[in-house]
This record gives sequence, C-alpha cells and structure tokens, in this order.
Amino acid sequence: MSSALDNKKLNREHEKIVSPTMQIVDKFKHNKLAMIGLFLFTFLIIVIVGAQIYIHVTNYDLANVDISKKYMKPSAQHIFGTDAQGRDLFLRVLAGGWISIQVGLLSTFLSIILGVSIGAIAGFFGGKIDTLIMRGTEIVSSFPFLAIAMTISAIFMDLDVQLRLYLIIFILGLLRWTGLARMVRGQILSLREQEFIVATKALGISNYNQITKHLIPNVLSYVVVSGTLTFAGAILSESSLSYLGLSVTEPIPTWGRLISLSAKNSIVMTNYWWTWIFPGLALFILIMSINVIGEGLRDAVDPKAQYVTKEQKLRLKEKRKREKERAKRRKLAKAAM
Amino acid sequence: MEKEKKQGEKGTFSNVILPYLRYIGNRLLHLIPVIIVISIVIFTLINLMPGDPVLAMINPETTANMSEEQRIAYIETMRKILGYDKTVFVRYFLWWKDVLTGNFGYSVALNKPVSDFIGTYIMNSFKVNIVGFIIAFLIAIPIGIKSAVKKNSRYDKAVTVISMVGISLPSFFMALLLVLLFSAILRVLPFSGMSDPRGVRPDYLYYILPVSVIVLGSLAGLIRYIRNAMIEVLKADYIRTSRAKGLSEKVVIYRHAFKNALIPVITIIGFWIPALFGGSIIVEKIFAWPGMGLLMNQAYQFKDRGVLSTVLLFFAVLTLFANLFVDIGYALVDPRIKARRIK
Repeated sequence: MSSALDNKKLNREHEKIVSPTMQIVDKFKHNKLAMIGLFLFTFLIIVIVGAQIYIHVTNYDLANVDISKKYMKPSAQHIFGTDAQGRDLFLRVLAGGWISIQVGLLSTFLSIILGVSIGAIAGFFGGKIDTLIMRGTEIVSSFPFLAIAMTISAIFMDLDVQLRLYLIIFILGLLRWTGLARMVRGQILSLREQEFIVATKALGISNYNQITKHLIPNVLSYVVVSGTLTFAGAILSESSLSYLGLSVTEPIPTWGRLISLSAKNSIVMTNYWWTWIFPGLALFILIMSINVIGEGLRDAVDPKAQYVTKEQKLRLKEKRKREKERAKRRKLAKAAM
Repeated sequence: MEKEKKQGEKGTFSNVILPYLRYIGNRLLHLIPVIIVISIVIFTLINLMPGDPVLAMINPETTANMSEEQRIAYIETMRKILGYDKTVFVRYFLWWKDVLTGNFGYSVALNKPVSDFIGTYIMNSFKVNIVGFIIAFLIAIPIGIKSAVKKNSRYDKAVTVISMVGISLPSFFMALLLVLLFSAILRVLPFSGMSDPRGVRPDYLYYILPVSVIVLGSLAGLIRYIRNAMIEVLKADYIRTSRAKGLSEKVVIYRHAFKNALIPVITIIGFWIPALFGGSIIVEKIFAWPGMGLLMNQAYQFKDRGVLSTVLLFFAVLTLFANLFVDIGYALVDPRIKARRIK
C-alpha cells in the first residue's frame, strides 16, 4: 500500500512537464544575482519615468538658475544637493537618466533590426551574398568606434537639442550592429541545414516567410541576450560621448555631462563631491544591473547551463560542511599520530 | 613513412617560409577594400566639418590691412594654393598622395605642420597604453586560469562578480574616484599631467593613475575572456588524456591547457588594442595626458582639420594592423589553422 503511494508521488513529481520558456524563466528566477539586477533596474526605471512625469506635469524648469542655493550639500530638501547654479541635482540626475534610457533603448532597437536582418540575409542566402555582406560587416567593425562617433557628433554640433538626441541614437545604432549580425548569421547557417527548414523549402514557403517565421524565432533568445548587453554598451558609449561634451547638450543634462562639469576643476571636484558622485553612481548601477540581467539571461537561455534549485543548494552546502569536518578530523588524527 | 614526414618538415624556404609569405600577402590583399572604405569615410567626415577650411588657414593679421577686393583675391589665391578649387574627387586623391608622402596637413591650432609634432603624441599614447595593457595581461592570466580551474567555486563566483563591477564602471567615473582618493584626500599622487613643471616629483608618479585606470578598465574583460577560453580547453579530450597519463595538475594546466587557451586570447588582442587606444581618449582627457586622445579633443574645439584627419588615420591604421596581427598570429600559433588556411 505504502509503496504504491510512494510510486504515485514519484510519478507526479517526475511527470511535471515544463515548457522551454518556463524553464528559462525558472532558471532566471533561481539566479540570485540576476534577480537583484532586475529589481534594481525596475526600480531605477520607475524613479526615472516618475521624475519625467513630474517634470512634465509641473512644468519644472531644469535650467532654472538660483545662485543663492549654490553648491548646497545633500539634505532632505535636495536629496543630491545642488550644483554651481543652484539647480536641484536630484531631478537633474533623473532627467539625465531619461536621456540615457532613450538613447540606450532606441539605438539598441536600431542595431538589433540592422544586425538581425543583415545577419539573417547573409546566413540564409549564403554564397556570394554572404561573402559580400560579411566583408562589409568586417569593414564596419574595423572602424575606430569612439573616434568616428566623436567626429560625426562634432560635425553636427549646432543641431537642435531634440535632433541631437536622434543623431546620437543613429550614430550608436549604425556603428554597433556588427557583432549581432555575425552571431545571427552563424546561428542561421547551422539552422539552415536542419530538417524543419528543409521541410519549409519542400512546402514551397517563400524565402521571406522562411526567414521571418521559421528562422528568426529560433535565434530570438540569443538576440535578446546580446541585445541586453548591447543596451548596456550603448548607455556606456552615450555617457562617454556626453562626458566629452559631444552628446545631447544643455539645457538637457546627461550623466556624462554632469560628471564632466565638476571634473573640470580639482577644487570643485573635491569640495563639492556630490555634484559628480551621484550621477556616476546612477550610471554605474544602471549599467551594472543591465549587465547582470544579460548574464542571467545568457545562462537561462543556454540549454547546457545547469541551474541549481534551493534544495540542491542546501544539499551542496551540507555536503561541503561534511567534507570540511572530515578534513578537520583527518588533520587532527594526523596531528595525534 | 615517418622519415618522409620528417624531411618534409625541415625548414626549407619553399615549404615553410613561402606559404607564410603567401598567406600574409593574401591577408594584405584583403585589407585593400577596407582601407579604401575607411579612407573615404575619413575624408568625407573631414570635409563635412562646418566652416570654411580656407578661411581657417588664413592668418587674420595678414588680411587686416587689405581692402575688400584685395582680401577676396587673396582668399582666392590661397584657395588655389591649398587645392580647394578642385573637385572633391580630385582632392581625395591629392589627400592620398599627401598621406603617402608623409604630409599630414597643417595644424591651425598649433601653427605647425602636423608631421612635426605627431610623433611625440603617438609615443606618449603608446607609453601609457602599452604599459597598462601588459600589466593587465600579467594580472589577468593567473586569475583567469585559477577561476577556470576552480569553476563554480566561491573564488570563481567572487571573481565573476568583481569583474562584472569592472565592466560596468565607466572609465571616467573610476578615474575620478581614484583621483579623489589619491590626489585630493591622500595627496600622494598628482592630479594630472605627464611631468612636474617644477621638476620636484619624479615622472613615474604621473604614470600611476592613468595606467591604473587603463589596467582596471581592461582587467575585468580580459579575466572573463581567459576564464572562458580555459574552460573550453579544459573540456577537451587531450586534457583528460594528459591527466590519465598521470601528469601533475600543474603540467596539465600550464603546459597543455593554457597554451591552447592562448589561441582565442590572441584574437582579443586584435580587438583590445584599438579599443584601448579609443578608451584612452577619455583617460587622456581626464589626466591631461598629451597623447592622441587629448590631441583629438583639442582638434574638435579648434576645428583643426589636419590634426583630426591624422588622428582618425592613426586610429584606423591601428585597427587594421591589430587585425592583421591577429590573423598572422593565429596562423603562427595554431597548427590546425596553418594547415587549413595556408593551403
């Protein structure tokens, strides 16, 4: 009787069917670091978007100068203190975050579209088209990225602020798709030989549908992972450009710009540390959280990577403890000898 | 059979050196379209710079006392002398001719031909970047190997988290934190510059901060790269064989595994060196280090076309050479690729 019950239990446990998507979600959930990253990222996004709504609703002027409040230390009223012109840094930092996120998201979107379509075309058609496209990709990837981005940005220095935002998005998007294209091409080259694609060919499905409905969905998980890392890279590149004064310009603050403003002068830098520490920390936390999420996604998507459930972790811990104790006892025994 | 093989491997010109030369020549041929495209991009960018390049070259003092007509005539003659009366197409080839004969244009900001001072700037950039790169490599190798060998241990996890921090920390923020700590609070290192104008402080003190920023900035990526390469190699059958032979763990890891892990690591040098110099645009700006990056920053402010085109050329050539170096290095190191590619 009892053995039959045990069997039932066993069966129920073992027959739990988990879809591949659920497996990925499960793996990601068990990754502590990635979950912390996700939490931090969501928190930052909510705060930045909230500040953006506040600025729009109350018509808050970010460029509003009030010299009497110059360089105030962080306090309850001004959480991040104030800058050289007496402007509240908390809102300015959050407004800078809005630029970073816009640039990051839109330029990543652009590079994903470019990278996936170019990589898919090269991988699908192969032959001469592939060689030609890959040579082109090689040429673009051997451009000195920061130097070219700086030059293009410097050429269009006099543009309107909003247009400059789009310009930066375009520069970053157009220069950073090569890695993605190469990855997608490689994946599609190997997928192309598999039976289901041969079947789609036999069924007479058009090339366009073969690529968009059958090939690209199969590489999507890799695209998401590499897109996350591209996102972090784009935010980092934007901040570098804005540190050099070549991103979106005043009155809109950007994180790099806020940092470079106080880094110009060693006295400002040491005495009024809050003017650059907070934007720097915000930048670091945002990039770090995205990178951690990206790493977590990579492990979750990789079917070869194993994940450890809580029970397994506890068991591992106990095992380690037991081994340590055994080693201790052995040592003691040796010493006694 | 064995004898034949040995004879074939003897270092004769026709079967050892010649294939290499052919391979290198082949690679150089591949570079030609890249060079053409990059040069067109650079030339276009320089010509898109706002402002009249002829007016920028003219010293305002010489035209100050002229009448309006004289001034226009003077500008026209200058335009002809500088070659700006010709079409863009012709000017592109003239630019090529200039570059190949070592004439890199004239710097408006420094009032000197670019070729007069570019060498020292390049050397300054090389000094700080190469020192940083070598130190980063020497630190990354043992850490990367250890965390690959002890994969998933606490040590490995700690290294992974710390290198995550390193990758996410923007170099300018890290630089400022170091400056705040060592120059402002502890007052042991200089804020910026390359040498002491009073000659009191020794020069090496000026190297410490920029080099540390470069080292810390590239360390994280290098460690992860070496770790992943090592993990891949440690899975290979020949590692199991060498362990089964009873070789000591040290020999297995350093002689068998690490040597093979170096092959993918060579590729990273190709990406790393250009990225290093690109990243040092920011580092040089922070520390006022008189290298190519600082020169580039100044060139924007003064719309200095001569300097800008030279700096862009420098970065492009650096990238091309790094790629070439990787291709050749691959063929020299990896016998499998040698067999496949050279034939």
